Amino acid sequence: MINKTIKILTSSAVLTATALTSSAFADVKVGMITTLSGGGAGLGIDVRDGFMLAIKQSGRTDIEVVIEDDQRKPDIAVQLADKMVQSEKVDVLTGIIWSNLAMAVVPSVTAQGKFYLSPNAGPSALAGAGCHKNYFNVAWQNDNLHEAAGAYANGAGHKNSFILAPNYPAGKDALTGYKRFFSGDLAGEIFTKLGQTDYAAEIAQIRASNADSVFFFLPGGMGISFLKQYASSGVDLPVVGPAFSFDQGILQAVGSAALGVVNTSQWNKDIDNPTNNAFVESFKAEYGRLPSLYASQGFDTANLLISAVATSDVKDADSFRKALEAANFDSTRGDFKFGSNHHPVQTIYARKVIKEGDIFTNMIIGTALENHSDAYAKECKF
Amino acid sequence: MGAANSCTQTCGVFMSFALFAEQVLNGLQSGIMLFVMAAGLTLIFGVMGLINLAHGSLYMVGAFAAAAAAAWTGSFLLALVAALTGAALVGMFVEMLVIRRLYDRDHLDQVLATFALILIFSEGTRFFFGSFPLFLDVPKVIAGPINLPIGIEYPVYRLIIIGVGLCVALGLWLLISKTRLGVQIRAGKNDREMIAALGVNISALYTFVFAIGAGLAGLAGALVGAIQSVQVGMGEPVLILAFVVIVIGGIGSIKGAFIGAILVGLTDTLGGIFLPELFKLFMEGSIATSLGSALASMLIYILMAVILVCRPQGLFGVQG
Repeated sequence: MINKTIKILTSSAVLTATALTSSAFADVKVGMITTLSGGGAGLGIDVRDGFMLAIKQSGRTDIEVVIEDDQRKPDIAVQLADKMVQSEKVDVLTGIIWSNLAMAVVPSVTAQGKFYLSPNAGPSALAGAGCHKNYFNVAWQNDNLHEAAGAYANGAGHKNSFILAPNYPAGKDALTGYKRFFSGDLAGEIFTKLGQTDYAAEIAQIRASNADSVFFFLPGGMGISFLKQYASSGVDLPVVGPAFSFDQGILQAVGSAALGVVNTSQWNKDIDNPTNNAFVESFKAEYGRLPSLYASQGFDTANLLISAVATSDVKDADSFRKALEAANFDSTRGDFKFGSNHHPVQTIYARKVIKEGDIFTNMIIGTALENHSDAYAKECKF
Repeated sequence: MGAANSCTQTCGVFMSFALFAEQVLNGLQSGIMLFVMAAGLTLIFGVMGLINLAHGSLYMVGAFAAAAAAAWTGSFLLALVAALTGAALVGMFVEMLVIRRLYDRDHLDQVLATFALILIFSEGTRFFFGSFPLFLDVPKVIAGPINLPIGIEYPVYRLIIIGVGLCVALGLWLLISKTRLGVQIRAGKNDREMIAALGVNISALYTFVFAIGAGLAGLAGALVGAIQSVQVGMGEPVLILAFVVIVIGGIGSIKGAFIGAILVGLTDTLGGIFLPELFKLFMEGSIATSLGSALASMLIYILMAVILVCRPQGLFGVQG
C-alpha cells in the first residue's frame, strides 16, 4: 500500500516564515483520506495538490497534514479513518472524493467529536436530517450542480430531456436534482451501471426517443466514454451536464468530442477575483498543469481551515466551529458563505467547453443559479 | 427528423424494430470484443492450467501503447500494431520472468502472484503515464455513422470492430485446427509430459501461447480504448466479464469462448435496455428504471449460474 506522510513542519520554505505566523493556539493535525491510486486517482490528486498549495502559501507551521490513499474503497477508507482518529490523533479530517466512502466515514468520525471538512462529496443524507454540527461541506451538496443544469435547460428552451446517471447514491441525487429544477418533460430516464464504459445501447435509446436535449451525470472515465461515443453516433441533440465530466483533468482525453458542450460549475478558472487569479497562476507554476474544480475545492477547504486555525483553538470545539461557520477566508469563487446546514450557499455558473491553443478548457457563459442553497437544509437540526 | 412527425402506428413498430436490431448489433459488438479478450484467457488456462488475473493489465498495456503510439506517429493503424506487439512482448517477458515459475504451483499461488502483477502494472503505468486518462480517438474517416438497411444508423468503427473480431476468431480457429503448432497446443493441453517426451519444446510453446493471449488482450484494449477511456485500472472490469465468458463457454475451449462471449454481450446489452422497460409495465417509472437496471447488471451472473447448474463443465467444456 502506498503510504505517504507529508510533514509540513520540515518544509524549509515554511521554516523561514515561522516568525511571522507563530500561533498562540495548539498545533492542528489534519488527516486527509483521498483517492490517490486506481481509476479515480486524478480527482484525489487534484484535491490534495490544491489543499497542500494553500497550506504552503499560508506559511503556517502549526498545521500538520497526514495523507493516506483510500483506493476508492469504502472498507479501506474506514480503516484509515480509525487509524487517524485512534493512533494519529488528528483533530480534523478531510479529503474524501466519493459519496459512498463519505457515508462510511463521516458519521462515525463526527460522532467521535472530530471535525470533517468535505472538499468534494456532498451526499443528500448528510445535508438533511443526517447532518452534524462538526461536518462542513466546502464544495456543494451533491444535487446542486444538477439543479443548476435543470435551470439552465429551462433557460435554453429545452422542453423534452433524456436523462441518465449511474445507479449509485450520487447518480440518484443527480437525476433528482435535475428533475427538481427542469420544468419540461422527460423523454427517457436511465440508470447505467457504475463503471460502465460502453454506452452504445443508451445512445440508441436516445436516438429512438423524441428528446430535444440530453442531460447526463457520468463522472471520470464514464463521461469520457459517453462523450466520445455520442460524438461519433450521429445524434446531435444538445447535451447539458454537471462539471464533473468536463473538468480539466479529463477534457484532454475527451478531445474535440466535448467542444461546445454546456456544463454547470460553481468554479472556473476565469472567475475574475484576485484570489482565483493568484490560485490559477500559482497552481500552474507549482504543478505544471491547469487546476480543475477539484483542485479549487481542495484549495478553498485548506483556506477555510487556515482561517479557523488563525483565530481559534481546535481543542475548544465550540469556538473552532464558530470560526469555521464564519467562513472568513478569500474563496476562489468570490464570496463564500455557509447555509444553516454547513453546506455552501453559492452561485453556480454555466460554462462552455472551448479550445485555447492546444488545450481544451471551459469558459463561463452565464449564471445558472444565484445564491443557491440546497433542498435539504430545512431538515437539518443540530 | 421530418419523417418522424408523419409516423403512424406501423411506423412506430418499424422504428422499434430498427432500435431492436441496433441493440442486437451493439450486443454482438461488445460480445466480439469480449471474445478477443477471453480467447487468450481460455487458451492460457486450457493449455497451461494457469489462472492469469493479470490478463486485464495486458489489455491496459495495449491501450496505453496504442495511445502513446498514436500521439507520437498520428497513425491509428500504427497504434493498433503497437498495441498488439507491445502487449505480446510484455506478455512474453512476464511469462519468462514470473509466470513460468507458477505452472507447477496450485491455483491459489497463481492467483496471488498474478494479483501482485496487477498492482505492479497499475502503479507502473501510473508512474510512466500519470494519473489522468490519455487521449486515443478513432480516425475521422471511420468515426461517423453509416446508414444500414431498415433505417439503422450505426457507427462505422463499431462495424469494423465486429469485422476485426471475426477475423481474429477465424485466425485462431485456423491456427488451432489446421497448423502443426495447433496440433502441439492441443496435445499440450491433454498431456504435457507426453509431448515433451516426443521432443516438443514445451517451454517455448507456452511462451508463444502466452504471448498470443497477451497480444490479443492488447489489441482488444486498443480497439475499445479508442471509443472508451484509456486509464489505469481499465482492465479489471473486463477481466471479470472475460472470466464469466470462459466459465460459460467451458474452460480451454475457443469455440466455447466465442459462443459464451456473444451470449454475455447480448444478455448484458439487451437486458440493460429491456428489463427496465418490462418493469415499467407494472410499476412507477423511476422505481422501474432503478430496479430494472439493478437486476439487469446481475443478468450475466444469473446466466452463468443457470448454465453451471445445467452443465457444470460449461457449454463446450470437456468433462473432468
